[in-house]
Amino acid sequence: MQKKLSLIAFSGDFDKLTAVFTLATGAAAVGYEVNIFFTFWGLDAIKQKRGRSFVGGNWLTRMFGFMMGGLSAAPNSRFNFCGLGPRIFRHLMRKTHVATLEELVDAANALGVNLYACEMAMHVLGLERKHFVHEVKDVLGVATFLQISEGGQTLFI
Amino acid sequence: MATHTLDITKDHCPMTFVKTKLKLAQMAQGDVLEVLLTDGEPLNNVPRSAAEQGYKVLGVEHVEGDVHKVTIQK
Repeated sequence: MQKKLSLIAFSGDFDKLTAVFTLATGAAAVGYEVNIFFTFWGLDAIKQKRGRSFVGGNWLTRMFGFMMGGLSAAPNSRFNFCGLGPRIFRHLMRKTHVATLEELVDAANALGVNLYACEMAMHVLGLERKHFVHEVKDVLGVATFLQISEGGQTLFI
Repeated sequence: MATHTLDITKDHCPMTFVKTKLKLAQMAQGDVLEVLLTDGEPLNNVPRSAAEQGYKVLGVEHVEGDVHKVTIQK
């Protein structure tokens, strides 16, 4: 039976998303089935628009959408320095031949990592399936995620 | 039967595994991949994970310094 790793990506922070995609790509590359369930701030990582844009169902969620932004607007959990922190990290990663967050996301897609979006968080934040990248396999609730992750390891980041 | 090469001596985890896996996926059955890698995590785990996934590890040889060559057949 294939080994399995399921990750709950709750955080939308640059460093924590880097951890999510490092684990996901590493596990997929050594033969694991990998599932990532994006919820709350983690949904920023799978938005089609990687910068800042007014996505949402009403003015409040559109404001939220703009402030949260997408993958390339993700802030650091520490030493963010008004958005300068992730830029410094990206520079250091390139300089030391470590994959950047965007490269890890591309690798995850190439390796067939399964991406899922949380239905409830999408509803709260006014997001729809059309706002996400086409690699998102499905929109799920807790019960289906538990079913998918059963028998493997699960991490919450 | 073709022979492919892959240099991951400058890469770090997880891209060492990722590049090896993606390269093997592109190759035809029976093709051989020569991977240049460094001591430590890549040397310990690239051949092991390749074998676990059903690929045949034909050999591991020291090249120079901390560089080794792992030969894998698909």
